[in-house]
Amino acid sequence: MVNRIFDLYDELEKRRIMLSFKGDLSPELIGALLNLIEHKLQATEPEQRVRKRVFNVVMECLQNLYHHNHRTLPAGEAGSATGERQGVVMIAQSGNGYSVLTGNYMAQAEVSELKSRLDHVNGCAPEQLRELYKSKLGDGMFTRSGGGGLGIVDIARKSGRKLEYGFVPLDNDNTFFSLNVNVTT
Amino acid sequence: MTNILFDGSPKTPTVHFDAETGILELRGRSIPENSIEFYKPLIDWIDAYARDPKPVTQLRVQLEYFNTSSSKCILDLFKKLEHVRSSGNEVQVLWHYETDDEDMLEAGEDYQAIISLPFKMIQVEEVDKK
Repeated sequence: MVNRIFDLYDELEKRRIMLSFKGDLSPELIGALLNLIEHKLQATEPEQRVRKRVFNVVMECLQNLYHHNHRTLPAGEAGSATGERQGVVMIAQSGNGYSVLTGNYMAQAEVSELKSRLDHVNGCAPEQLRELYKSKLGDGMFTRSGGGGLGIVDIARKSGRKLEYGFVPLDNDNTFFSLNVNVTT
Repeated sequence: MTNILFDGSPKTPTVHFDAETGILELRGRSIPENSIEFYKPLIDWIDAYARDPKPVTQLRVQLEYFNTSSSKCILDLFKKLEHVRSSGNEVQVLWHYETDDEDMLEAGEDYQAIISLPFKMIQVEEVDKK
């Protein structure tokens, strides 16, 4: 392992990773990660508008990881991992802005609904996204995380680009969901 | 009734709801994981205030960031204030946004479109984070 440290460093350097974290997210840790990215953005990004957009996207993505992360373990297996908010987040500088990449396990049964929401958002022009946001904001519905399904719409609005996503099935119950949100300068 | 005075934290806003002056302030950041829990006492407070409100109530919102789960709760605050207004009192919302922060201005306009309260958009150099 020790001889892999340079490779890891080199990879992070080449990909211009500003922050990378894998593990169990707690509210305290989310606070620490947000604090870290806010400081780094102060150094890398001269435009306040862009800094705020990236911070907003990171904030919503971390909260998605916190609220929606779920992995069901096969019956009989030790339940230690169930309910843990294991996820991965990376924030990278790209050619013309920033990439916020997240990954987490989710229930296979919820994939089609999430996919259709992502496709719907990706099919919307900026004005349509704004209308969608307003209608979801005003509908009086709260979801488990409290946002009433606003998170993805807000992320898409702040990004201004199509959301890139992927699903990797793990077994009958679980799928790994990956999301890449670009924020351009 | 007792006023609300919450100090801000890295994830929660400074809150100062004053029943004597009718001035309700919300400023800083509202990005907690559990917004419903944070906003419940604020919404309950406005419910109680609505029974005997001042002739003029002013909600001053001066937020640097808020997350989507807070956005639903903030809407609930506005809805409670709609009741205060519909019972014949004046209610104003002062929505502050930083110069160049068109996203925060749009967020205010989005509320304005949904809520029947008069909004005043106020541009500031920097929001008061304390």
